Amino acid sequence: MKIENIKNEFPIFDEKIQNNDLVYLDSANSSQKPKVVADKINEFYTKQFSNVGRSVHYLAVAATNLYENTRSSVQKYINAKDKNEIVFTKGATEALNLVANTLGQKYLNEGDEILITELEHHSNYVPWHFLRKSKNIKINFAEVNDDGDISLEDIEKKITSKTKVIAITHLSNVTGAILPVKEITELAHSKGIIVVIDGCQGAPHLKLDMQDLDCDFYAISCHKMYGPTGLGVLYGKKKWLEELPPYQGGGGMIREVKKDKISYGDLPNKYEAGTMATAQVIAFDQSIKFMESIGIENIMKHEADLIEYGQELLQKNNSVKLIGSPKNKGGVLSFTLEGIHPHDIATILDEDGVAIRAGHHCCQILHDKLNIPASARASVGIYNTKDDLDKLNDSINNCKKIFNLK
Amino acid sequence: MNLKELYQEIILEHGKNPRNLGKTHEFNKDAKGNNPLCGDNVHVYLKLNGQKIVEDISFEGSGCAISMASASIMTDLIKGKNEHEAKEIIEDFLGMIKENPELKSEYITKDEKTKLMCLSGVKQYPMRVKCATLSWHTLISAIDNSEEITNTES
Repeated sequence: MKIENIKNEFPIFDEKIQNNDLVYLDSANSSQKPKVVADKINEFYTKQFSNVGRSVHYLAVAATNLYENTRSSVQKYINAKDKNEIVFTKGATEALNLVANTLGQKYLNEGDEILITELEHHSNYVPWHFLRKSKNIKINFAEVNDDGDISLEDIEKKITSKTKVIAITHLSNVTGAILPVKEITELAHSKGIIVVIDGCQGAPHLKLDMQDLDCDFYAISCHKMYGPTGLGVLYGKKKWLEELPPYQGGGGMIREVKKDKISYGDLPNKYEAGTMATAQVIAFDQSIKFMESIGIENIMKHEADLIEYGQELLQKNNSVKLIGSPKNKGGVLSFTLEGIHPHDIATILDEDGVAIRAGHHCCQILHDKLNIPASARASVGIYNTKDDLDKLNDSINNCKKIFNLK
Repeated sequence: MNLKELYQEIILEHGKNPRNLGKTHEFNKDAKGNNPLCGDNVHVYLKLNGQKIVEDISFEGSGCAISMASASIMTDLIKGKNEHEAKEIIEDFLGMIKENPELKSEYITKDEKTKLMCLSGVKQYPMRVKCATLSWHTLISAIDNSEEITNTES
């Protein structure tokens, strides 16, 4: 599939949004859905529906096969060693909570330290904060530098003899910094430290290879990967998923239940209690196939061109201040406009059909550090074009006009 | 939808040069408010005299043009009113932003009503209503001496 005509695959771009053509620059928040994904959800509910893994009737077996096909597709897409290292969750947030909770139950002790970074999304901070409360775990922060980046050196500096886990983002949802996760993992493993990666922004934009990366856990948000909402993937190394306790109890995750004794099921069932987001899992297979049909190298090249173009464009625009200039930057252009609050920017841009996000983007620690209450963020996906970024720039100029700025 | 209606000159002017910005000397009531989704925050300070008249009122905080202008216009208007009048005006304003087509309180002049109605443009922008009402909800907390931080999400 050619990336040039990719907008045609997304029905939403045929819609008029408040009488405007949609310029969607909010993919870091959630991506739009290709027709194949929406169609698959409809097809499953109208023609193939059954619960999975329980009954023996035809539909149940067929649905179970579809469900497990997605697991295999994800395994292949991220090059995990074993199919059972892929656990479906209700989102990346649940994936990270699962890791923090189960490590807390079995692996972490009072006084142990977790190293995160000032770039982290709240979902890769708050779950660890719970352990601060319940287990007296200490959280340290690697510091963001002037480029909006985290250096390997600072990570190394912040590691102590008590550091048990390093939990880091793959790609910052605010500054766009792509962290040296492979080097960080190597360093961590040389000191016996577990590595947890928040891959929410990494997975939609970067080539993933779990065996090469060698991290212990990697969390994925499916709705940012042109897939359905309500679904996430946790990749975990088999030895960890086998060793750690279950996260939630219920149907499907058990082996045997007696009045005085319960044993748990094998992977990945152990971590998939209750009826899962079946339709979403089955439709997510189409998202993976869709991305594969374009090719991650092409996606990366396309988005790198867009970011470079957008950066140049906004740098030339007076009053625009870009946030973060990391050496390896992907996906997002966050900015402030001197004299105009980000919420006002977002409202005015929306009137032109330009959808961006304003706020702290679930990164209050970072915004405090930058000493700004909020920022505006334009983020790209495979369907964006340079024309979209020109419209962003035009609309920013409209803001300046309304607020009488030069 | 009409941006000109939302960003009227008076809103932009108050947003840019908010009145009563800072910390009132000798305040005897205050409250903090925040909007956790967008990070707006405001701190309202009140000085009530023995007759429960607002002798002075001010605010500190950061936010968009709408929230700053709303706090600015509010503090201008509440100064000199007594507690009972202030509460009625707040209720009247919140009712107008929510559903009422106009302001009804007898405690505000025609000119003051015109000024407050400039904020009515947010009605067409549901996501921005919170920006306009944050300082008003916080003022209620300050008058009531509420210890809790006012939160537009609750």
